[in-house]
Amino acid sequence: MAALAVIFTAFASTSAFAQAAAAVEKPVDMGEVHKSFLFYVLLFLLVCLFIAIVGKAIRVYELTRESEGKSEGINWNMVNGVLFAVFLVVGLYGVYWEYTVHGNMLLPEAASEHGKKIDEMFNLTLILTTVVFIITHIALFAFAYIYKSNGKRKAYFYPHNNALERLWTIIPALALTVLVLMGFLTWRSIFNKIEDPKNLPLIIEVTSSQFQWDVRYPGADGIVGKKNYKLITGINALGIDFNDKNNLDDQFADEIVLPVNKPVRFALTSKDVLHSFYMPHFRVQLNTVPGMTSYFEFTPTITTEEMKVKTNDPKFNYILLCAKICGANHFNMQKNVRVVSEQEYKEWVIKQGTYLTNDLRKVFKLPVIAEPAAQPVKADTAAKDTTAKTNQLALKK
Amino acid sequence: MSTISLQDKHHDNHDDHGHDHHKETFITKYIFSQDHKMIAKQFLITGIIMAVIAMLLSILFRLQLAWPDKNFPILETFLGKWAEGGRIKPDFYLALVTIHGTIMVFFVLTAGLSGTFSNLLIPLQLGARDMASPFLNMLSYWFFFTACVIMMGSFFIQTGPASAGWTVYPPLSALPKAIDGSGLGMTMWLASMVLFVASSLMGGINYVSTVLNMRTKGMDLWKMPLTIWAFFLTAILGILSFPVLVAGVVLLIFDRSVGTSFYLSDIVLGTEILPNEGGSPILWQHLFWFLGHPEVYIVIMPALGISSEIISVNSRKPIFGYHAMVYSLIGITTLSFIVWGHHMFVTGMNPLLGGVFMITTLIIAVPSAVKTFNYLATLWRGNIRFTPAMLFAIGLVSFFISGGLTGIFLGNAALDINLHDTYFVVAHFHLVMGSAAIFGMLAGVYHWFPKMFGRLMNEKLGYLHFWITFICAYLVFFPLHFLGLDGVPRRYYAFTEFEFMNKWLTVNVFVTWAAIIAALAQVAFLFNFFHSIFKGKKSTQNPWEANTLEWTTPVERLHGNWPGEIPTVYRWPYDYSKPGAEHDFIPQTVPYSQTMSSNLPHDFEGNTEAEEIQKEWDAKNKPSTETAE
Repeated sequence: MAALAVIFTAFASTSAFAQAAAAVEKPVDMGEVHKSFLFYVLLFLLVCLFIAIVGKAIRVYELTRESEGKSEGINWNMVNGVLFAVFLVVGLYGVYWEYTVHGNMLLPEAASEHGKKIDEMFNLTLILTTVVFIITHIALFAFAYIYKSNGKRKAYFYPHNNALERLWTIIPALALTVLVLMGFLTWRSIFNKIEDPKNLPLIIEVTSSQFQWDVRYPGADGIVGKKNYKLITGINALGIDFNDKNNLDDQFADEIVLPVNKPVRFALTSKDVLHSFYMPHFRVQLNTVPGMTSYFEFTPTITTEEMKVKTNDPKFNYILLCAKICGANHFNMQKNVRVVSEQEYKEWVIKQGTYLTNDLRKVFKLPVIAEPAAQPVKADTAAKDTTAKTNQLALKK
Repeated sequence: MSTISLQDKHHDNHDDHGHDHHKETFITKYIFSQDHKMIAKQFLITGIIMAVIAMLLSILFRLQLAWPDKNFPILETFLGKWAEGGRIKPDFYLALVTIHGTIMVFFVLTAGLSGTFSNLLIPLQLGARDMASPFLNMLSYWFFFTACVIMMGSFFIQTGPASAGWTVYPPLSALPKAIDGSGLGMTMWLASMVLFVASSLMGGINYVSTVLNMRTKGMDLWKMPLTIWAFFLTAILGILSFPVLVAGVVLLIFDRSVGTSFYLSDIVLGTEILPNEGGSPILWQHLFWFLGHPEVYIVIMPALGISSEIISVNSRKPIFGYHAMVYSLIGITTLSFIVWGHHMFVTGMNPLLGGVFMITTLIIAVPSAVKTFNYLATLWRGNIRFTPAMLFAIGLVSFFISGGLTGIFLGNAALDINLHDTYFVVAHFHLVMGSAAIFGMLAGVYHWFPKMFGRLMNEKLGYLHFWITFICAYLVFFPLHFLGLDGVPRRYYAFTEFEFMNKWLTVNVFVTWAAIIAALAQVAFLFNFFHSIFKGKKSTQNPWEANTLEWTTPVERLHGNWPGEIPTVYRWPYDYSKPGAEHDFIPQTVPYSQTMSSNLPHDFEGNTEAEEIQKEWDAKNKPSTETAE
């Protein structure tokens, strides 16, 4: 095992060397590779030998002390106690460093209305837990240091103290009650939206499949029409049922473009396996499930341009990524997201093409100028829609 | 090996139990053994081997994460087509994380931890000759062993091991066309898991019946050490939750092999429309997490029990709030059945359910907090001896705090929206159930090694092992929280495809180096462990000066545990540093009549006669005890 573990150490650092060898010719000269591998194995054995020698030296030292009749050589209890104290100090600095350095590399401020609430909730939780984290760790390691045995003292017999135990049951319970209540209200406010008839959300359907996101905009009617997975063919990748006239104006888009400060309601479906619709900048995540449509509604509040200024990063872009393991290319399943002004959005959306192509018109026996549907060609289209679940997209509006 | 040389003594001392030891051969003693101590060692060594394998798998994928653009030709030598040209393939990367998770959660931290220490300690600490059913116990190990073999066997098939994540969510796990690992590899995963659950159940039933029926005279439930309480409650949890996983697994087998649609509906692969209708992938998640969440407590509770015992022994102090410790274990056990939904906040489950599960989840933090504070109070004004076991137990408390606190973020449904399936989750559970439980297991190994092998492990190597592992575990997992907070999802093969992840590449390199050093430090443990079995310093009967019953058995470790009568228990296991006592520990087998100088009124539990006697004794001797103090 030792040897195996070493392999990795070895090649972690010689990789450049090994890589060069691999890159030059197709049949890799494994001799060289094995030699450098062996080198690292030997290096590790050397470290082991060194530790063994140090161990022996300590042993000899202790034996001489013993034979001289003095107390044992090294007071390991002291050593470990001091190490805990050192660990506490260095560890606390490490935590500070992490909070300030890595803590500054995180997502920018939430770019959505509900995201701000989530961030507030997060900050409150962070403060509470950090305080507890630091106090308990100081207690833990300081006790370890202060109360290390010196062979002279006897421990204090203290089996219980009901008042104290009650105290540290009730205080965490109260703190958690506050967090639960706030969390519960935040959660409800995100998922139980009361629809405002004056400010209806823009509906966008996103369909996931290995390994892409298909975006469907509702078109002029504002309704994303029905689809049926049984209609999926090479030219109708989403299985859009063009007998539903709400579908005739539905548009496809290569990226997700959202108007700022306008609620948007994503209808999420999946063609094959589970995926997760994750847009970290907006604090949005929901799984996409085959056979079930799930919804996430939120309001973006910061345009991409504004965010570029805020983050001081001219290359800044919102993104959509997949957060649920979905296969080999899970790590590269992305879509660009842009938040623009209402005006820009209107200009952009008008340029997007419709899903309905001439090929599809032929399949669905539609005239070239879009008109109410004719009878479908295929028998299976006529089959009753057993999958009502997927078809709830025609939202009452 | 000492066990062999001591055979003869064993034969003198068997009169009171009816095992057929006359014909004890190598096979009945070491392979198909029915002695709980041997079975414990079998579980331990198998667990250690599986842990090493899982650790190597983790180093493999850490290499990929740290250096996504580099080739490591040596990998091809070992992995062949899965690392062609010295680069791990994305499919194989997912297989690595899947099998790493499966091995660690089930084979190491469930079987390796409960299997080892429940088997070893339940009879020894309760005063029983063996388990309630030694044969079932043996079967339990061999089912586990077979499960391990099948799981590892999946590395030797064309399509590779299961690779849908250790939670094997369908449809990905149900459709071989979606990912290679969902072919034969997944079938083997499911078969292995069925055997594993059978093994767990046989073990669990044995533990519960032994604890309930086979305690020695005087050992009432409130005199049991906390280790036993933890193992007992863990076994109950396992018995109630594991069958649900089997139910889920069987349905998944049907979906995969018979064409049913329990988890599948409306699926199109490319343009191929599958006939399945009416199922729901969410059903699997409910069934899986109904086991899966209790499972994390199955992992951590034995570790907490072990550390309670070790911290008390090595602080030379009674564990603080024994009753509170037991009640919080019971609380955790009960609540763990109604929190599974917190794994599913963002699956599209009804948001109302999310709210309910959030409440139950955050409540479970209360008993956990109580346990932590009680550990701290036990250390306070102790007389702490830093044995390697004690170091690891303190490490466990630290990890339990760090990982537990991040659980408060994830248990909050609103915060989980942005943290779900990111590296924040990875960091959280690797601290709270990964590192903490492993540290509990290591603490147990160092502490009870003398009871298993009659020898002591080398302390200095133990210190080296602890400090490197402790520091590196933090170096590995602490920074990962920040990746999660930046929105980096887990199970990503490479961070190269997203602009915003580039800044974390250097962190990945750092983390990988820390992981490699931690892995190398385990060599110190492995050497120490295997070397000490044969060459370690001979142990005395009670090397840690502990109170519990296992230290009253002879060092020789007889089949049947005690040569003569099983000792009777008179007191709780935590009379350490009792004022007025001669030594700083009073074993459970010492009656109060022999410790008149240290008895407290509370000790007699309302027995007025005993109180009278004590009062009379105090009246006669009080002045002398007072001067002594």
